[in-house]
Amino acid sequence: MLNIKVKTENLKLWYGKKLALDGVSLGIYENKITALIGPSGCGKSTYLRCLNRMNDLIDGIRIEGKVIINGRDIYAPEVDEVSVRKKVGMVFQQPNPFPKSIYDNVAYAPLMHDMVKKGKACDLLVEKALKDAGLWDEVKDILNKSGTNLSGGQQQRLCIARAIAVEPEVILMDEPTSALDPISTQVIENLMTRLKEKYTIIIVTHNMQQASRISDTAAFFHLGKLIEHNKTEKIFLEPEEEMTEQYITGKFG
Amino acid sequence: MKNDYFYIPQLARRKRQEKRFKLIAKSALLFSVLFLIFFLADMFIKGYSAFSQTYIKVPVNINTKTVEMSHMAIDRKKYSFAVSRAWLRDIPKMLEQNPSWMNTDEERWVLASANVDQYIKSNHNKLTQEQIQLIDHMKSEQKVEKRFNKLFFAKGDSKIPEYSGFMASIIGTVLTMIVTMLLAVPIGVMTAVYLEEFAPDNKFTQIIEVNMNNLAAIPSILFGLLGLAVFINLFGVPRSSPLVGGMTLALMSLPVIIVSSKAALKAVPSSIRQAGFALGLTKWQITRDHVIPLAAPGMLTGSIIALAQAMGETAPLIMVGMIAFIPDIGSSFTEAATVMPAQIFTWAGMPERAYIERTAAGILVLLGILLSLNAVAIYLRNKYSKSW
Repeated sequence: MLNIKVKTENLKLWYGKKLALDGVSLGIYENKITALIGPSGCGKSTYLRCLNRMNDLIDGIRIEGKVIINGRDIYAPEVDEVSVRKKVGMVFQQPNPFPKSIYDNVAYAPLMHDMVKKGKACDLLVEKALKDAGLWDEVKDILNKSGTNLSGGQQQRLCIARAIAVEPEVILMDEPTSALDPISTQVIENLMTRLKEKYTIIIVTHNMQQASRISDTAAFFHLGKLIEHNKTEKIFLEPEEEMTEQYITGKFG
Repeated sequence: MKNDYFYIPQLARRKRQEKRFKLIAKSALLFSVLFLIFFLADMFIKGYSAFSQTYIKVPVNINTKTVEMSHMAIDRKKYSFAVSRAWLRDIPKMLEQNPSWMNTDEERWVLASANVDQYIKSNHNKLTQEQIQLIDHMKSEQKVEKRFNKLFFAKGDSKIPEYSGFMASIIGTVLTMIVTMLLAVPIGVMTAVYLEEFAPDNKFTQIIEVNMNNLAAIPSILFGLLGLAVFINLFGVPRSSPLVGGMTLALMSLPVIIVSSKAALKAVPSSIRQAGFALGLTKWQITRDHVIPLAAPGMLTGSIIALAQAMGETAPLIMVGMIAFIPDIGSSFTEAATVMPAQIFTWAGMPERAYIERTAAGILVLLGILLSLNAVAIYLRNKYSKSW
């Protein structure tokens, strides 16, 4: 039984006068990995950033339509964007750990959210998040070292650990492996496959192989419009739209 | 050559151009370094002698009569040119500390007059041939000696050159800078944080920012006029006081602190802020715990340099009356005071040779303090700057 966790209805977004998202309606299933694919500038990252209201930080944007998560419209006036972002975590293209210790990187946000108190409970939470992110064995002895001293792949897993420490339900990933080497990429892909048991994952990727390897469903965007959304094997093997096929086979993009 | 596979015809000319440019750049550097060395050496040569002061041993007769008329304490005909008037004036004060001096008539070490001091330092002086012979004779009896000039670091200004010191203006500067720091640093840093992190980016804030940069370029004497008009005339802050001086200098350093703090905040990568937002943190939490700590070394450096600049500032203080004759060392923010550059300015206008060397010595002290402040700024920046 597939449950729709995140749904957008006729979502439109303008950067100033430029229409960047043109009526995107999409339902995203719980505990699945959904890949957003499409050429550069097609609006997939913009769409992703609508789902945790990161676009609110940019001056001069206007949003119409609805983003419904767990049955609630996150753009409703009574909903605070900070509380949305607690439920919807995000991992970025460039690993961006805080220039603090590995421990503080993970512990900071849960402490600020009053999820734990300093001390034993916090230690356990840090350990659990790092274990879930598959980083614990590598860093358990250097928790006080700066997070910025880790390798790129480790930094990205630290960022994932930091995101899941807040216990979100949805994790957005904006090209999380595009700055990493193939080995680190594989580690993170395996990690994502593991994480989808607990979380709903939405990933933006330019890497077609990656999308076909890890995602359960895929959505193809072009020029701010959602062209096609289907099971991944459908999209890659027998796309319904001609444009999707052209993009996937590398005829444009 | 021409048949060489790697031969490029105009290569030699291109290389020559580079050489010529390097030579010009190097000579510019050499010129500025020489200029600095010349300036510092000149100050040092003129100023270092002010750090020592001549004392002579003469018979001093202290009794109830000479305490009241202290110029009678020495053989006036013989020694009055050589002994500092200020020392004689201080006899009653010294007597309080050394009651045993009463009713004695013996040889004591006394502060020499500026003319004798300058003669001993082989500078220009107004001694007559006779007087020079007397001093030379005393010197051969080892009744003349040079000591470290404690008075320079213990006294305020004086009309008697050998008795004038730099301390009143050092204290004045400290008091003034306390006021400046307490006003300018918190206000400047908070303004920068608000403008950079919280304020919306619209026409209004853009105008404010442009004017902030203009403000940093305003001639400092105008800040002095503003201080005079607003702080003294409107609010009635006592003139010549460290309070009004500090407030005026705070006005002047505010734009510098704001601009440098904004630059430090801007240098914090936005990915740090994004990471914080994505974790559901509020703007204030991100700013307080992640952005400000990263920007702190830069903000600190900017503030120290702004304060050092304010410390060397004279023009605005002319307008609020801090170029003044201050013989006493102040202890409150509302008494009249002077500051180091103002004291240097005052001494520089004096004709006596003793003031010329004090001018140079004052410059050396001021430069020393400014350089150590800048060194502290560099040290702090290197110590706390983090990589990301």
